[in-house]
Amino acid sequence: MLSRRFGDFATAEDAVQEALLAAATQWPTEGLPVNPRGWLIQIGYRRMIELVRGEQARRRREDLVARRDPDDRRYAPTPDEQLTAERDDTLVLLFLCCHPALAPTSAVALTLRAVGGLSTAEIARAFLVPEATMAQRISRAKQRIRASGLPFRMPEPAERADRLIAVRQVLYLIFTEGHTSTSGPHLRRVDLAAEAIRLTRALHTLLPDDSESAGLLALMLLTEARGPARTGASGELISLADQDRSRWDAAAIAEGITLVTRALPRGPVGPYQVQAAIAALHDEAPSTERTDWPQILALYQVLERLAASPVVALNRAVATAMVHGPAAGLAALDALANDPQLTGHHRLAAARAYLHEMAGNQTQAIADYRAAAARTSSRPEQLYLTMRAARLAAEPGAPP
Amino acid sequence: MKYMLLMQFSAAGADFPSIDTWTQDEVRAHIAFMGEVNDKLTAAGEWVDAQGLGGPQQARIVRAGEGGTPVVTEGPFAETKEFLAGFWIVDCESPQRAVELAANISTAPGPGGRPLNMPIEVHPVMSAPPAEL
Repeated sequence: MLSRRFGDFATAEDAVQEALLAAATQWPTEGLPVNPRGWLIQIGYRRMIELVRGEQARRRREDLVARRDPDDRRYAPTPDEQLTAERDDTLVLLFLCCHPALAPTSAVALTLRAVGGLSTAEIARAFLVPEATMAQRISRAKQRIRASGLPFRMPEPAERADRLIAVRQVLYLIFTEGHTSTSGPHLRRVDLAAEAIRLTRALHTLLPDDSESAGLLALMLLTEARGPARTGASGELISLADQDRSRWDAAAIAEGITLVTRALPRGPVGPYQVQAAIAALHDEAPSTERTDWPQILALYQVLERLAASPVVALNRAVATAMVHGPAAGLAALDALANDPQLTGHHRLAAARAYLHEMAGNQTQAIADYRAAAARTSSRPEQLYLTMRAARLAAEPGAPP
Repeated sequence: MKYMLLMQFSAAGADFPSIDTWTQDEVRAHIAFMGEVNDKLTAAGEWVDAQGLGGPQQARIVRAGEGGTPVVTEGPFAETKEFLAGFWIVDCESPQRAVELAANISTAPGPGGRPLNMPIEVHPVMSAPPAEL
């Protein structure tokens, strides 16, 4: 079967042996998978990918996902039942890799390795850590799963929803990691945002009726669509208001909007769908001024009911300013100032700076931009905030 | 999130004798402890890098002079009275964990096998994803 797909019998044989070895060591402790044959093919497939990996690593990963798409029937004409079982195994693997017992960084690494088919070296490079460290992190995560005695089967229906939340969180974490910009050259660094989209697309294909997974995929597409316009020629951040919207990815926006438009009425409505809807409103707008801010404000209020967090409250305050003016927004921010999670947080200072700038309070805006710059742990954000303060300070009548 | 842990000594502020006055066994125990720290970090999947640095006698301060030519000042840095003895870069789950690791390093044994409780500076490495602004 593997050799049919790869047309390379010798490599396929090695891969099968590896899979059988894995089965021999894992099944006695982890229990028999739902579909042993599918599992073997899957493990063999993955091992195969490692064996033939090299200059075409990326293209080959596309094959892996293609296999998980329904279209892949044309490559491997298996009975439907078999295919379903095989796909269930992919889902079980995702559930295992994203188990809440694992620390987030471990779950991320294991998911990229076992489900995404990335090599340990590629994952290590993506996170800028030595390969040995990443190997150790992955191996500890596997041990942790083994030690917890989790069987290789679908979670019970009662815990299915919660486990799916954990899966989506891990995928979203991979996506946000993809936006980490650090200094220095990143030759052949894996695009984590693209990997996250690929994995979430696979999840959506496996669970097409799950609205939140569709919402997560939509959110990623609608956020990533703005990627090309988000940074300038020298890597500096460009705020949403100043982005060249003609550089946004129209195809990704269209796909994201279709996904979230279908998911929302189907329900149940979850935080990713609401965030995707907000992103869709931004992506559809020709400019900041002509953005449907009342609708965005209403959606942030929904989001606060579904998943209240200090960051959501901050965004709601900014949307309030866009609808009702900076004074109303600043009043909303004042109400948050005593939240222990936000005290001293750079995002509170950054939001306050922005609203003071809107209100024409130059002195206060400069002070808040500087305070935000001193506290962020993102280098590009620090430069952006520093430049914002510098720009205001250079205006006539500015304080020293 | 990555953190840099700095083993920074102040000649004036150190409340233990400098390592060249310790016995062989004390030095050995200290080095063994540092080895264990690195092994533990590696086993935990948190190790990124760690280096011990040459003493202040070997350090140089460099400034660009006329036309960008280097102007080198040699140590010892009597005026600053502070020097960097070594560093770790760790990649860990939370700031609390970074503090925990630093506290552990701080207990490295010194004279008489007693913990030095030396100061370890914890600096976050600027590596968070930026928020959309």
